[in-house]
Amino acid sequence: MTAPSTAAFRICPTTGRTIHLQAERLVKANAVVAVVALLVGAIAALLLVLTRWQAVHLLPAVWYYRLLGVHGMNMLIFFIIYFEMAVLWFAATVLLNARPAAPKLGWFNFGLMVMGTLLVQWAQWSGRADVLFTSYPPLKAHPLFYLGIIFFAVGALLVVCQFFATLVIAKREQTYRGSMPLVVYGAMTAAIIAVITLVHGALVYIPTFLWSVGLIASVDPQLYRMLWWGLGHSSQQINVAAMVAIWYMLGGLTVGSVVLNEKVSRSAFVLYILFISMASAHHLLVDPGFGSAWKIVNTSYFMYLAVLASMVHGFTVPAGMELGMRLRGFTDGLFGWLRRAPWGDPGFSSLVLSIVVFGFVGGITGVTIGTEQINIIAHNTMRIPGHFHSTVVSGTALAFMGTTYYLLPLIFRRKVAFWKLARLQPYLFAGGLLLLVMGMTFAGSFGVPRRHWDISFSQAPFDVQFSPAVDLFLAMMGIGGIIAVTGALSFILIAVKSVFFGEPVTEFARGQAIAGIPQGLTTPPTHAADVDAVNEALHAPARGIAGATPGTLVLVGVFLLAFMLYYFTNWKLLSFLWKIG
Amino acid sequence: MLTKVHTGLDPVPGIWWRPAHKAEKVWVAIAFGWCLVLFAMMPLWHYRGGQNPSGVRRRVEPKAFYARTVAFTNQYKVGEDQGIPIVQPPPGADVYLVGLTFQWYPILKLERGKEYMLHLSSLDVNHGFSLFPLSINFQVVPGYDYGLRVTPTASGDFRIICNEFCGIGHHTMVGRVIVVDATGQPVADNANARVGSGGAR
Repeated sequence: MTAPSTAAFRICPTTGRTIHLQAERLVKANAVVAVVALLVGAIAALLLVLTRWQAVHLLPAVWYYRLLGVHGMNMLIFFIIYFEMAVLWFAATVLLNARPAAPKLGWFNFGLMVMGTLLVQWAQWSGRADVLFTSYPPLKAHPLFYLGIIFFAVGALLVVCQFFATLVIAKREQTYRGSMPLVVYGAMTAAIIAVITLVHGALVYIPTFLWSVGLIASVDPQLYRMLWWGLGHSSQQINVAAMVAIWYMLGGLTVGSVVLNEKVSRSAFVLYILFISMASAHHLLVDPGFGSAWKIVNTSYFMYLAVLASMVHGFTVPAGMELGMRLRGFTDGLFGWLRRAPWGDPGFSSLVLSIVVFGFVGGITGVTIGTEQINIIAHNTMRIPGHFHSTVVSGTALAFMGTTYYLLPLIFRRKVAFWKLARLQPYLFAGGLLLLVMGMTFAGSFGVPRRHWDISFSQAPFDVQFSPAVDLFLAMMGIGGIIAVTGALSFILIAVKSVFFGEPVTEFARGQAIAGIPQGLTTPPTHAADVDAVNEALHAPARGIAGATPGTLVLVGVFLLAFMLYYFTNWKLLSFLWKIG
Repeated sequence: MLTKVHTGLDPVPGIWWRPAHKAEKVWVAIAFGWCLVLFAMMPLWHYRGGQNPSGVRRRVEPKAFYARTVAFTNQYKVGEDQGIPIVQPPPGADVYLVGLTFQWYPILKLERGKEYMLHLSSLDVNHGFSLFPLSINFQVVPGYDYGLRVTPTASGDFRIICNEFCGIGHHTMVGRVIVVDATGQPVADNANARVGSGGAR
């Protein structure tokens, strides 16, 4: 194999990495389209939240359901997956100093995905696909809606293959020594789960497309639900793996996080690959098509081994941050490392808020409502969107936003515009989402249904009167939603201004703050030369079990207690119901 | 013993399969123990708990299920409300409830403390059975008969909300279940049908 010509690369002045220009353009294109999808989804989000806030009740019924589908597709599929494509290109080329495999094919795939996106948008906005995001048959949409999704999925699947090919190239051309970095390993995990997910997508959408054009008489509604969730939930596990990889990356960039133990972190990623796809069975816990044994085995992913993986990362990521800070001399007390962390760096604040909301809110509620019997009091209530807005939005999307603040100077070579707003943005977004999620979760606990235009039931034959507390929770959701959308629009404003009208990043002196460049780049969190000796000392057996990371042990202890409390409270609430069996 | 200090962005030279520190081992052990508890609770609740989604499940032709529901309705009909029949089957009976856009058919009148076999299915698309205000939720899938043994433990005038999107009229789909005690209270009369203030009862 011939060595690539150096003209195809540039050397990053900030990090010293070799960056392939074609790969850089692919990262840019995918990131830009991701932000456009985010904009469409965010506008829909604002209108939806102002409709579900019963006191405002903005949209007419048809447009509520239509925009609900638009919001789901743009956020959960387009924004997230375009951004993940950018992450895959970034991880395989920039982080490994490698050239991309077949960049021209990369552009073809990108075009295929964009074409699919446009078909889906057309079908949804023109009212030809009022079937919501899940499109459960026998509800039927226009054939081009399904075809658009197939184009998009095929394009994404081919990019994932190119990611694997790029890994092979990097290894063969020896662009790095030893084993690939943990962050790339995490991205590879996401890519493997993506293959599983997209194959489910093909299994479910190809027959559905054939059914919509009349070549197949019917699609079994239960089988569809099972296969669809093999796509629908598993795609969220791509997000989880990508998000955790980003946690490790942002930790390293912002506070010099170290990897405590490669074996533990990598094994946890392997657990994701092996078990997390079974999580899609969570959506079928109160379905008629499956028996209890099937439900228990699958939803526990064989004894919750994927939950175990998340709990492991939930320890190793903050512990890596703590150890990284301690090794740089921030050793005071249990939480001195947290107090003295760069809270004004939007990369860091995004990272911490992403971990906290994902773990404490998303993780705990998800495992609880995904329990076979507890699902009876949660299925299709607002507790479900309450759960996934805390995982995929304030978890994954926020982590992606934090990454963008670093990608802007590193890849786009622009300063982050509206720097003061950017420093505030993660708090605004996460704070709004926390309110939204709490409002949804509590309203859902009163039985308020998800995906429902009018819970005053003004056109229904029988009256249904929810507790006045529900009005309060829906107002909470409404206000939180407005704040969160403001946060998302701020992010879009910052990203668009930076990319298209931003001030170019030039050579800069290290060690002093520069508006528009995150602290992790102006003052890189480097470790002293004797860091290995300090590390040995921190790990001395005399320091006991708490060892080098006592603060994190306290934090995960609090987490476990909160988990137990919420989990058993739900069993207690369940026991008050009618006898069912 | 320890790997050289490095971040997740650095390639790892040499062998990284090294023993973990005690703190990580302890946390992994605790987390795994908790996962086993999470797992054990589900089978345990099947033995000791009163609320399980197991049921008796079989495939059924949507039209056949609808015909069975109509026959059941005619057999036990005791009244009518909003044009929908009120049906009072004897305790222990097979009870049929069908979801169709945008209606739950028929209205059920059950007796507190008695067990019934409640069959749920749909004539057309997916629907969501959600008993208000208790928040008991089941997926209703066309072509599948979900038979659940239910014993109402409180009397009252309940509603069935549809909580699976079933079309543009989805939000108008509300049904009714009346649970009476041995003296026949409350009476099945929609004139003062109020379901309290919702929430936990």
